[in-house]
Amino acid sequence: MMVFRKNRMWGKHPLRDAYDVVIVGAGVHGLSTAYYLGQMGISNVAVLDKGYLGGGASARSTAIIRSNYLTAEAIPFFRESHKLYQGLASELSFNLLFDEMGRLDIGHSESSVYWLRLRAEFNQLLGVDSRIIGPAEIKKLAPQIDLREGKTLPIMAALYHPPAGVVRHDAVVWGLARGADRAGVEIHPFTEVTGITRRNGRVTGVETPAGRVSAGMVVSATAGWTSTVTAMAGLDVPIVTFPLQACVTEPVKPFVHITISSADLHVYVYQTDRGELVIGGPVDPYSTYSQRSTLDMLQELAASTLELLPALRDIKIMRQWAGLCDMTPDYAPIMGQVDGLDGFILNCGWGTWGFKAAPASGRTTAELIATGRTPDLIRPFALSRFDDNALVNERAAAIAAAIH
Amino acid sequence: MAFLVRCPNCGDRGVYEFRFGGEVVRRPSTSEAAPVWMKYFYARRNAAGNQREWWYHSLGCRRWLLAERDTTTNEILSTGWPGEVQA
Ligand SMILES: Cc1cc2nc3c(=O)[nH]c(=O)nc-3n(C[C@H](O)[C@H](O)[C@H](O)COP(=O)(O)OP(=O)(O)OC[C@H]3O[C@@H](n4cnc5c(N)ncnc54)[C@H](O)[C@@H]3O)c2cc1C
Ligand SMILES: [Zn+2]
Repeated sequence: MMVFRKNRMWGKHPLRDAYDVVIVGAGVHGLSTAYYLGQMGISNVAVLDKGYLGGGASARSTAIIRSNYLTAEAIPFFRESHKLYQGLASELSFNLLFDEMGRLDIGHSESSVYWLRLRAEFNQLLGVDSRIIGPAEIKKLAPQIDLREGKTLPIMAALYHPPAGVVRHDAVVWGLARGADRAGVEIHPFTEVTGITRRNGRVTGVETPAGRVSAGMVVSATAGWTSTVTAMAGLDVPIVTFPLQACVTEPVKPFVHITISSADLHVYVYQTDRGELVIGGPVDPYSTYSQRSTLDMLQELAASTLELLPALRDIKIMRQWAGLCDMTPDYAPIMGQVDGLDGFILNCGWGTWGFKAAPASGRTTAELIATGRTPDLIRPFALSRFDDNALVNERAAAIAAAIH
Repeated sequence: MAFLVRCPNCGDRGVYEFRFGGEVVRRPSTSEAAPVWMKYFYARRNAAGNQREWWYHSLGCRRWLLAERDTTTNEILSTGWPGEVQA
């Protein structure tokens, strides 16, 4: 006998003409904001997406979770998000397949090791489990790494971050959507926002092909498409859209059980439960809204991976893909109320590292909406920091760390 | 489909021969106040569609050129030297 699922994960609704809050974008950040709003008792909320749920960067993410950042602003925020992720599966009652496999950030030069050391110091000061280890311990954690001396990029040390891991990205999207739906939030896929209506320095709602929707507040959680949405509100923001590519190999027997990242080689790699190796790297060297993958990047990823794990030389690549990333000048996110446009809230600037941030960004954005007060955790990430020239220097970490 | 950039000197070349210089942004005059300069430093249109932008032919003739590109398809619509085409 065939068994069909009777209950949908989230319901279908006709689009109404007014909500308290409209969230644009149903990736992890929009859905997390919706979920936590629901938990706070604010459920007259609609999440609108031009495509299917999680079809943006969220579905394309390599979904690494970690909190070993560099700055005093970013570490507490990502630490909080990491903690929320650890409890999220039980909170949502949905298996997110969180595998806390740990992470190595490899240093191949004096200067990389300097930055890794700095991160270890800041991490320890701010309660994040991360430390510098030498080749002997690297060998124990990942015996397959090529530690031979005399290479152009020898392995000198690594930043070891035991609680890092990987979650199933689709499960996060579905679990948050189901949780939001159960709290009464409406989710509307295939509903594009084509305009943002404003009056007297306030947003009043959005326009869609299905009609005008008024809203007390509008949240943009549109990642790589943020500039196209803020342009509807007459705003140029400090974001440029770059594609990030990744690929996966055919499955093999358990081979490495830790995520390995090398900034000098511009590559990171880990093995999934299914045995496939997931490989990612830097963003493409030019901005674009095209999500095509390229042979140039595949060659780069393959060559760099073989520097670390030469045993993979005969393995076949099964798939390669690209997703859009909303890069900011300081490699830090943009969250909070937009000055001068009341009721317009940004949750963006997630670049190549935003998957791990969704629980904390959603909860703090929901708290801002519920209380009208910007939570301290996200105060440093306001859009206004670019007017005040008060950037958050996560870019320095990016020099010595692959930034996922 | 290959992503080619037409260098006015060297002709159609693969994009990996070039360094991307970002969208064309107008530099304010030195008499402008700090907020105008902050916008110039950081704010971008980041258009999904036609964009005027800078490219440097780093593995070719090593000259900066201006291009118009459709950022949704990566089709280069036109190129030219600064000063000869509109920035
Ligand atoms: C290949 C790759 C690997 C990555 N690896 C990692 C990693 O290991 N760890 C990590 O932490 N991060 C990683 N990231 C980054 C992370 O995936 C993103 O930062 C995160 O998913 C962004 O989520 P989001 O909800 O903000 O945006 P998205 O998931 O992109 O969602 C935005 C949504 O907005 C919708 N939208 C856009 N315009 C409109 C409109 N006008 N109207 C309605 N809807 C609209 C889109 O359809 C889309 O669904 C990776 C990204 C990529 C591409
Ligand atoms: Zn040339």
